[in-house]
Amino acid sequence: MSSAATDPAPVVELDDAVAVLGSFPALAGATLRVQRREILLLQGPNGAGKTTLLRLCAGLLPVARGRAAVLGWDLAHHRREVRPHVGLLGHANGLYLDLSVGDNVRFWGSTVGASGAEITEAMALLAVDGRLGGLKVRSLSAGQKRRTALACLVARRAQLWLLDEPHAGLDAAGRDELDRTLRAAAAAGATIVVASHELERAGALATRTVEVVAGQVREP
Amino acid sequence: MTTLHPAASRATDAVAGSPRRAGTGTTATRILGIATIVSMCWLVAFGLGFSPADRDQEEAVRLLYVHVPTIWLAYLAFVVTAVSSAMYLWRRSLGWDRLAGASAELGVVFMAVTLVVGALWGRLTWGVFWQWDARLTTTALLFVTYIGYLAVRNLGGSHAQRATRSAVLGLLAVLEIPLVHFSVQLWRSLHQGRTFEPNDTNMDGLMLFSLFVGVIAFTLLYTWLIIHRTRAMAMEDMIDDRGLDDALAARRAEAAAVPGADEEAH
Amino acid sequence: MGVTRIAWLVARKDLRVEWASKVFTNQVLPFAAVTMVIFAFALDADVVLERVAPGLVWLATLFSLLVLVQRSFAIENEDGALDATRVAGVDPRAIFAGKALALAVELVILEAMLLLAAVVLYGQDVPIEGVPLLAVTSITATCGLAAVGTLYGGLAAGFTGRETLLPLLTLPAVAPVLIGATRAVEAALGTAGAVVSDGWPWVGLLTVFAVAFGVGGALAFGPLIDE
Repeated sequence: MSSAATDPAPVVELDDAVAVLGSFPALAGATLRVQRREILLLQGPNGAGKTTLLRLCAGLLPVARGRAAVLGWDLAHHRREVRPHVGLLGHANGLYLDLSVGDNVRFWGSTVGASGAEITEAMALLAVDGRLGGLKVRSLSAGQKRRTALACLVARRAQLWLLDEPHAGLDAAGRDELDRTLRAAAAAGATIVVASHELERAGALATRTVEVVAGQVREP
Repeated sequence: MTTLHPAASRATDAVAGSPRRAGTGTTATRILGIATIVSMCWLVAFGLGFSPADRDQEEAVRLLYVHVPTIWLAYLAFVVTAVSSAMYLWRRSLGWDRLAGASAELGVVFMAVTLVVGALWGRLTWGVFWQWDARLTTTALLFVTYIGYLAVRNLGGSHAQRATRSAVLGLLAVLEIPLVHFSVQLWRSLHQGRTFEPNDTNMDGLMLFSLFVGVIAFTLLYTWLIIHRTRAMAMEDMIDDRGLDDALAARRAEAAAVPGADEEAH
Repeated sequence: MGVTRIAWLVARKDLRVEWASKVFTNQVLPFAAVTMVIFAFALDADVVLERVAPGLVWLATLFSLLVLVQRSFAIENEDGALDATRVAGVDPRAIFAGKALALAVELVILEAMLLLAAVVLYGQDVPIEGVPLLAVTSITATCGLAAVGTLYGGLAAGFTGRETLLPLLTLPAVAPVLIGATRAVEAALGTAGAVVSDGWPWVGLLTVFAVAFGVGGALAFGPLIDE
């Protein structure tokens, strides 16, 4: 997609970006453009660098070589400033296991100043309110933990959503909820990048698909 | 990217290709090295030979010709580390980080020598290896603090990450040392003990001269070692970078070899 | 979102987790109490114990500090929450202040229990004129300990091979607190002929320490926890 000249600035711009884990170049020169409101699917084998690409875009990893910009911020110099505008759901859920679902969502929502109403809305959207809201996260199933983590993400109202295997652990109903949530978020102006092995479901959800192979990105 | 001093660049070029020379030596370091050896010989001559034995301490005073210079150097090394840490945070040039690291390594070595020689001196003069006086105790804590600094330097990650972490820690150490010093001093002032360290300025002229030679000799040694160590570190960093180039090439070759999307690539 | 507000949120969250998990009450406090008993085994004579009781209280505090700091960051790493806080762009100064505050609350409770243990196990008397000194010493020393602990805890947190760094970095750094707090408590309790007025200069030292590491820690925490 080289229509950058006519489109508004891409949300994600990677040019030959290299990201290193230890001494291993997990991302070995990735080039990618993601436009606003796209739902982009990253497919690729394990070890290809999908997780690293997501973490790079979240501003968590330094760019070793090449260029990377997210939401206009150059990640070489401003990767801390980009973070409040990005939501990352990685393999871990980022939850406090001894607190309740409600406490977790409230904590994460409050760190960005979300109102009580927005937090309640987020919890209702992911169906983790009600009885579930008072349970400790430690006692939840994997799918319920995932939904809680997503509720935290929704409460933060990020402009760029980065999701690593979001469907994993969810049952059919949960997956439908997730798809609905993502479509609604994209419609409301968010950009979404999803790494997934669930090619059918994620493929139906996505507006575009790219392949990540051996640390690089290519069109399928 | 790493920026090297011109002399170091020549040295690393030597490593890279030329069959004539390999290593971190240059004309400047050769001269420095010779000066160091000469002054060390002077130190041995004066310290062990020409200067007289002390009236009270007898031959044990000769240990001071090593002990005092190493203390001075240990503190100099840590000042260099602190200043380099600050300079790195200001300028973000990896050369400052390498200087900070090399200086800390040398500081730890000199501090260890100080403590050991000091303990021997104490045994010979006061009859004990250790005294809980302000200076010794602070020195010991300083020693451990910088061992911690070196441990953090080896945590891994990119060069920039290592540099930032170490620089912050280096500056924190600067914060810690005065606090430790004052608290230990206040503490020991409660116990009217004798000072372990030689405060006797009533030294024979020749003894003072030997001490002076010692300081010069060790300072030259420090400078010589620092230059070599920072250059060696620069080369280590270059090897890391080259390692990354190789790893990148290998990974990209992997991509070329994979025809489709659904294979497990390990 | 103000830094103070977020720090307050973080502190409350930490204390809530501790309250829910009961690790502090069921594991750390008993650990500290056992340390006090073990000291008696090692030091044998009652006379010696009485004389060094203030020092032992602070030694037990220091050991418990290491355990508490490990715990404070373990809850962050259980499910990648520290990562999440970094992604969320939460101001690291707020994380530092919040975690240090929660740690300080736990430490004060711990110190009170240890003082009680000293009274019971080591035959200490607490003269009434020493109580203000004791209280102020506890607060200032705790602030310093919490700051240093949180700072180096963040650095050492959750990476394999890093946890052992925590004692190495922390103990030399808190040496001034150990010196000052012990002398102050000795003055408050009248140990070995000390009087209460002897203790206040040490409180001054503890305050300087707390301020230095409170400010320095807040500034250094961000760079140290970043990947």
